[in-house]
Amino acid sequence: MHIVVCVKQVPNTTQVRINPETNTLVRDGVESILNPFDENALEMALQLKEKHAGTKVTVLTMGPPQAAEVLKEAVGRGADAVTLLCDRAFAGSDTWATSYALSTAIRKMEPAPDLVLFGKQAIDGDTAQVGPGVADWLGLPCIAYARKIEIADGKAIVERNFEDGYEKLETSLPCALTVLKEANVPRMASLRGKMAAKKLALQPTTAEAVDADPAKLGLNASPTRVVKIFSPPPKTGGVKWQGEEPAVLAQRLADLLRERKLI
Amino acid sequence: MAELNYGLSELALEIRGMVREFAEARVKPVRAELDETGHFPTEILRELGKMDLMGLYIPTEYGGTFEGDSMPNLIAVEELSRICIGVSVSFAANGLGADPILLGASDEQKKKFLPPLASGEKWAAYALTEPNAGSDAGSIRTTAVKKGDKYVLNGTKQWITNGGEADIYTVFAVTDKNRGARGVSCFIVEKGTPGFSFGKKENKLGIRASATRELIFEDCEVPAANLIGREGTGFIWAMKTFDVSRPGIAAQAVGLAQGALDEAVAYAKVREQFGKPIIANQGLSWMLADMATKVETARALTYAVVQSIDRGVKDYSKFSAMCKVYASDVAMQVTTDAVQVFGGYGYMKEYPVEKMMRDAKILQIYEGTNQIQRDIIGLALNKEYGAAAKK
Repeated sequence: MHIVVCVKQVPNTTQVRINPETNTLVRDGVESILNPFDENALEMALQLKEKHAGTKVTVLTMGPPQAAEVLKEAVGRGADAVTLLCDRAFAGSDTWATSYALSTAIRKMEPAPDLVLFGKQAIDGDTAQVGPGVADWLGLPCIAYARKIEIADGKAIVERNFEDGYEKLETSLPCALTVLKEANVPRMASLRGKMAAKKLALQPTTAEAVDADPAKLGLNASPTRVVKIFSPPPKTGGVKWQGEEPAVLAQRLADLLRERKLI
Repeated sequence: MAELNYGLSELALEIRGMVREFAEARVKPVRAELDETGHFPTEILRELGKMDLMGLYIPTEYGGTFEGDSMPNLIAVEELSRICIGVSVSFAANGLGADPILLGASDEQKKKFLPPLASGEKWAAYALTEPNAGSDAGSIRTTAVKKGDKYVLNGTKQWITNGGEADIYTVFAVTDKNRGARGVSCFIVEKGTPGFSFGKKENKLGIRASATRELIFEDCEVPAANLIGREGTGFIWAMKTFDVSRPGIAAQAVGLAQGALDEAVAYAKVREQFGKPIIANQGLSWMLADMATKVETARALTYAVVQSIDRGVKDYSKFSAMCKVYASDVAMQVTTDAVQVFGGYGYMKEYPVEKMMRDAKILQIYEGTNQIQRDIIGLALNKEYGAAAKK
């Protein structure tokens, strides 16, 4: 079985602040990490590898040269192969263009993957669109918000979580999943894995190498634009009454609601 | 944080980072619960095995990663100890159990028993102590009688760390009653061998996550091929093991004391009384200064001993005893002072320092009480200065 895990390098959001003047993220000095939900996707792949002999796990990311760090982290944990899609042509891609770019890289992979895994969403953009987007470009069935997978007889049985329960779905392979935090506890890198990662000589894969259509790449090909990023204004205090009889307060509240034509 | 440069290898630094992160993420959240329930940290050891950290002391030809540098394993013990020595002793006891094999076993025995220990698939334990043979280890009564190509073991071992949890035991037994310590032999006994069973798990003051059990041998037949070295060499392996394992206890002590210092300083900075943080009181800051100085001194001595052993210093028995006795006394003092810094809160189980203080006590007792360590140092001095006088 060949499993492809798509991952993203993200700023560690616990350290990110928004510049109140410009309304942009202050990324200076902020550590970059492997997107936490992608860790769960990778862990799901590695557990399947332990269960099904002969499984190969390939980890794919698109980003600047320094995104190689998350691929090294993946190798440290047990990924067999990695691809770094890195080209100026990809710069500024939104979720649509990113999905397209990733799909072109996956199409080129040998053997063709049986399973393509994504984290539920990235913690910087929070769109949750790239996973299903890639599945669409590849024409694969996609199950989002997966918490469990079992593979048998060329089929996958997947549990998809909802707020109040879960669905158990069966799908043919190949398929794509986006994986929840609840799925597992991601392992830490092993010593031998870290040593292998140190020796890794990563060659970036260009847009041309994956036969990506330049008209579908980068900022210009992206149908969405980020107009503004801002912190939502803090909630204002409202009106507070206290210290009087409950009946008096209730009457006052009812009067106010009536005055504003809310009741 | 400012730190001294001990000339650690790249591997040792890598291990320090890995184990520090692991201990924070996996051990810290559960240490209070493990202490309360006395549950053995099975999952934690399994994960350390998967991370290739169980074979740091085992040579590469037997599946480990050891290539002459003992610091990576020592630092792994130190970093686990910073968070919980109940966990770190369960980790380190594997090395203790394996030491007689590393020191005295044949290549064939090493090839059979070391690789599963290196991978973490199996765990080891060291079985010397008996109800009537503690400090006087030469007076053990467990017997091994040769019968064809087997030895038949009878007797009871007491307070065996990882007892019941480990798969491979290095067991010391008397093969010749008339020869005293020279009649002791060491055997590799596998869990599941008929006639080999376990007594109850001890209920302890500290290191409660660790498993301490009796081992019971009743006509237990062990293949003669599992004898380490020759008959009568057991006591040598037992003592040589302690010479290399005692710095591991010192590393536990350094880690534990560092953990207590970390807690104490952090608390002293945020706890306010009389309108200021208590660290602003000279009496308290001097106490912290003494604690920090002791921790670093203990670390420096321990590292120096291990690095000297690696560099081929031969007579290191005295130095092993010194780092064990010094660092464990420091751990007891520093953890006690950490409770004092916390005041009433320190006495409560909501904070980790009371556990650290309870845990520290064992370091002055096991692998030779601190009185035995001083005996070893004293004997060495007597011998060394005697030799010098003759010259």
